[in-house]
Amino acid sequence: MTTDALLVGTDLHKAYGPTPALAGASLSLRAGEIVAVMGPSGSGKSTLLHCLAGIVAPDTGSVTYAGRAVDRMSDVERSALRRADFGFIFQFGQLVPELTCLENVALPLRLDGMKRRAAEARAADWLVQLEVSDVAHKLPGQISGGQGQRVAVARSLVTRPAVIFADEPTGALDSLNGEKVMQLLTTAARDTRAAVVLVTHEPRVAAYADREVVVRDGAARDLTRVDVAGRAA
Amino acid sequence: MSIGQTFLGLLERQPRHGYDLKRVYDERFSPDRPLHHGQVYATLSRLLKHGLVMVDGTEPGGGPERKRYAITDAGIADVHAWLEVPEKPEPYLQNVLYTKVVLALMTGRSAEQILDVQRTEHLRLMRDLTKRKLDGDLTEQLICDHALFHLEADLRWLELTAARLDDLAARVA
Amino acid sequence: MRVARWGPDLLLGARMALAGGRSGLVRAALTALGVGLGVALLLTAVSIPAMMQARDDRGAARDDLSYEPPIPQADNTVLVGWAESRFGDQPIRGRVLRPEGPRAPVPPGLAALPRPGEVVVSPALGRLLASPEGALLRDRLAYPVVGTIADEGLLGPTELAFYLGSDDLTATDGMVIRRDHFGEVNTREGLDPVLALLVVIIFVVLLLPVGLFVASAIRFGGESRDRRLAGVRLVGADVGMARRIAAGEAGLSALLGVAVGFGLFYLGRSFVGGISALNISVFPSDLRPDPLLSLAIAVAVPAAAIGVTIMSLRRVVIEPLGVVRRGGDAKRRLWWRLVLPVLGLALLAPLTGSLTQESGTLNQTQVTIGVCLILVGVATLLPWVVQAVVRRLRGGPVPWQLAIRRLQLDGSTSARAVTGIAVAVAGAIGLQMLFASVEGNYQASTGQDPGRAQIAVNMVLRNGWTDVAAIEARLRDAPGVLGARSYSSAPLTFPASPEQRALGGEDPMSSLTIASCDTIRELTEASTCADGDVFLVPDPTRPADETPAAGTTVRIRSYDDVAPGAAWTLPTTARTVTARTDPGGGSLTGVLATPSAVPAAVRDGLDTYQGYLRVDPARADVADQVRNAAWQVNPLGTVSVLSRFVETNRFTQIRRGLYIGAALTLLLIGASLLVTMLEQLRDRRRLLAALVAFGTRRRTLAWSILWQSAVPVMLGLVLATAAGLTLGTVLLRIVNETVSVDWGIIATMSGLAAGVVLLVTALSTPVLFRLMRADGLRTE
Repeated sequence: MTTDALLVGTDLHKAYGPTPALAGASLSLRAGEIVAVMGPSGSGKSTLLHCLAGIVAPDTGSVTYAGRAVDRMSDVERSALRRADFGFIFQFGQLVPELTCLENVALPLRLDGMKRRAAEARAADWLVQLEVSDVAHKLPGQISGGQGQRVAVARSLVTRPAVIFADEPTGALDSLNGEKVMQLLTTAARDTRAAVVLVTHEPRVAAYADREVVVRDGAARDLTRVDVAGRAA
Repeated sequence: MSIGQTFLGLLERQPRHGYDLKRVYDERFSPDRPLHHGQVYATLSRLLKHGLVMVDGTEPGGGPERKRYAITDAGIADVHAWLEVPEKPEPYLQNVLYTKVVLALMTGRSAEQILDVQRTEHLRLMRDLTKRKLDGDLTEQLICDHALFHLEADLRWLELTAARLDDLAARVA
Repeated sequence: MRVARWGPDLLLGARMALAGGRSGLVRAALTALGVGLGVALLLTAVSIPAMMQARDDRGAARDDLSYEPPIPQADNTVLVGWAESRFGDQPIRGRVLRPEGPRAPVPPGLAALPRPGEVVVSPALGRLLASPEGALLRDRLAYPVVGTIADEGLLGPTELAFYLGSDDLTATDGMVIRRDHFGEVNTREGLDPVLALLVVIIFVVLLLPVGLFVASAIRFGGESRDRRLAGVRLVGADVGMARRIAAGEAGLSALLGVAVGFGLFYLGRSFVGGISALNISVFPSDLRPDPLLSLAIAVAVPAAAIGVTIMSLRRVVIEPLGVVRRGGDAKRRLWWRLVLPVLGLALLAPLTGSLTQESGTLNQTQVTIGVCLILVGVATLLPWVVQAVVRRLRGGPVPWQLAIRRLQLDGSTSARAVTGIAVAVAGAIGLQMLFASVEGNYQASTGQDPGRAQIAVNMVLRNGWTDVAAIEARLRDAPGVLGARSYSSAPLTFPASPEQRALGGEDPMSSLTIASCDTIRELTEASTCADGDVFLVPDPTRPADETPAAGTTVRIRSYDDVAPGAAWTLPTTARTVTARTDPGGGSLTGVLATPSAVPAAVRDGLDTYQGYLRVDPARADVADQVRNAAWQVNPLGTVSVLSRFVETNRFTQIRRGLYIGAALTLLLIGASLLVTMLEQLRDRRRLLAALVAFGTRRRTLAWSILWQSAVPVMLGLVLATAAGLTLGTVLLRIVNETVSVDWGIIATMSGLAAGVVLLVTALSTPVLFRLMRADGLRTE
């Protein structure tokens, strides 16, 4: 593994009950890199994301972030790490329905202790950048799916995370909204030099990444590291 | 170009007669438009000339079709090079891609491997197209989108094919 | 709306109510239980008029106190002597019967009159006599028990009563009346109006929150029901069908609940016979709900469930992709919510001052409806108050913000559950205010002074003053008696003065009391007394000429006022002294004389004995010992224990019952709050997992659910306290009492409600923490 890797998962195994979700998956991520994790449904991509993000502890294997052993941290420590250094985008159902979009985006900052006014000011800036400043005072139930995902992206960026974990962020969106979200996400990530772990099964979405990793049956193979014999295009 | 390579592929495992080659090609690769006898004759002559095939034996009667052809070492090397190297992805590549994949599968190569190798290449081009799209104007975006969709269609067909074959293999095993 | 379409839709809904696996059955069971409790209480309430009527009827049927003119002796008359007694602190209804002919009337519950010296007892009294605790009572009622009083001769199963046969009872033995029949249609041996008001209010206060709980119980499973309805729509049902299916679900739950309710009622009824409150007990058979009303309840509850469901779904849009409630944003209107309590006040206000313990008839309907309206007003005001207050709240730390926003978005769900608490608290406060002051009334100082003597004995003398010494001796002999003071009185008349005659008055009446010097010195301010003295004690509240002057000739009147009394001239040496309050709280007035000062004829005409006994306070059974002793002399005498305050223990029982009822109601409502909260948590599973992903602390969310329950409850408490104080004030005005606030009950109910909130939060937190594991993120 290269030495300037920011986040490294090595030989991860995880089983939920009798079903194994991960069976020897490995992935390494450099700072500022966008990696697409691809594979059919049921292959364990989301579980890999959860393990790398410290949401779930793997059964065996190690996860290292900036030199710290994430898999050996306590639940409280992992929670603090996620609050400070990571951002998350899911496919749906992630905005608190009773808070306005602005408050939703400000939430991670407030959870980390920032005062309301400052948090909402920073959140407003991100809403502008994600081109959804007009929905700042609306409730999530009152906006469209595309707008909602952009609000979610803004929320994931508001704490200036080192790594953003996105799990099928365009899965519930139509083509145009999906394109918009991916464009804004990757632009913002590159601007803030955040690394992105992008779980998707769509090639056009994976095309926004720098490289892709394929997960099949719980094992992840980082293909671009494999030397392709002969005529590579 | 690809007729010759197809013949080479068909000859890789076993020698065949000329008429056999035509028959298999028509059935598998061009059911709508059977090969012209002249095309067959020309292709086989060229292959012979390049030393990729040799004549193994003859049926009584005349004509190149009566001859039995076998692949040479050079021919084998050529087939390998053609089959195991990914095709340069182009928007309207289906026919060649299709041919390659079916041949590869007929000759017992792993569907997963083909899929993975091809996907990497496709994604490389798609990445470039995506970068162009981000920086370009509307026209550029339209063109890139068009290409991207077709590339994606290829990959999706590949994935489905791989899945079908895995399924079949699992049932047969 | 064709009726034909209703049937299959409702049935489908009913089947769907039971589908849904284990959680569906649990939900149906909870709803049935909730509805069942409400129905059981409804049935109880509906039986109460019948119960009270049955008691009244039995009381009237055996009544033997009449104010009619005396009837002549005949072969169909019986002499009834009042031998009311007590054992410990339980009253015993006793009668001595002497038939005067073969056709003498028999009291209800007896097959025949007991023969002289025999006694018929109530079952409870029989058990008491047979038990070891009843030893002293056996000494008193040392007669062979020849029968049991049947149920129709008793007010309740725990009533202690007896009928004693006699052959020497005379009219002069005490309170004796000649009757030719038992029963009076006009008198009521029931509860006095104030007590009746209390009972009615108790039931309203406890029923209403349960009714509201029932209504919210029917809405259990709201969110998953929404999903089912959306699913039904997806498959092709139209909006009307979907509503009817929902109604069918509710209807089945209500129907089950009705069955459960009837079961609970009849089950509970069989236990009621053993309960005695305020020394009132109820025969299980008395609790007979009117059949028509029972049928009405059985039909109305499911029908209401169906109706309420359809009505509440009118404001809801059921789409195949989900259910949208349009109620969240709608600004609630205030005016109609104020109408209800104002109407209730309007109904109760005219009743101000109309009830006292002795007079006034209770208009049950008006009071019930008035109180109900006020309490229902609280229920309808609370959602508006919650919305109005919560809308104005801003900012604050994250848990507070999350909770407030949730309430702003959908306050009605939790407000609905809290409504029950608010109504229970308001009712309890109002009721307790009524209690506290009425209790004070019942506790009014009697003026008695137990410091000077503890027991008073009163009986009729057969032979005048000569009996007194023997009676006093027998009383002194009773174990535990330390000392006695006795005196004997009789009414007297004396000629009117010229002024009185001019005013058209009759001969004035006064009284003659004979007592020893010791007693006289105790009862008056007389400084010296010698045998032979006569004293005149004027009544300071009456004109002076109503006390005979020295030298007047007075005539003694006898107890039954039939025979002419003896005459006596007051000596001129009679001294005027002022009276002193006697231990019984009254004071003697009139003529007070030592025995030797009075001629024998007069002495023998004295008819009442009054004694004040000092007893050993350490001895618990001394009252019964004295009663036993008095019984030997004359069963119709009365023995009373002096106390500064009258009967306090009946209200302790009611108050205890009220607290238990309120606590149970609060628990019930807490359960519905908990169910709502848990459902809410389950539905937000994915959101909770996402929140965990970006690092939300568990305690942040735990605090937010605490605030989410606490804010409506606190608002509900404030509203309930205000309403309760208003209700209490109105009720107090109705019974003519001064208004005073009982802060104790307010504090207690607030504490209970706060406890419920904490309990609900504490029980939801483990579920919350379990849901906050990342499992919720798994979409595959």
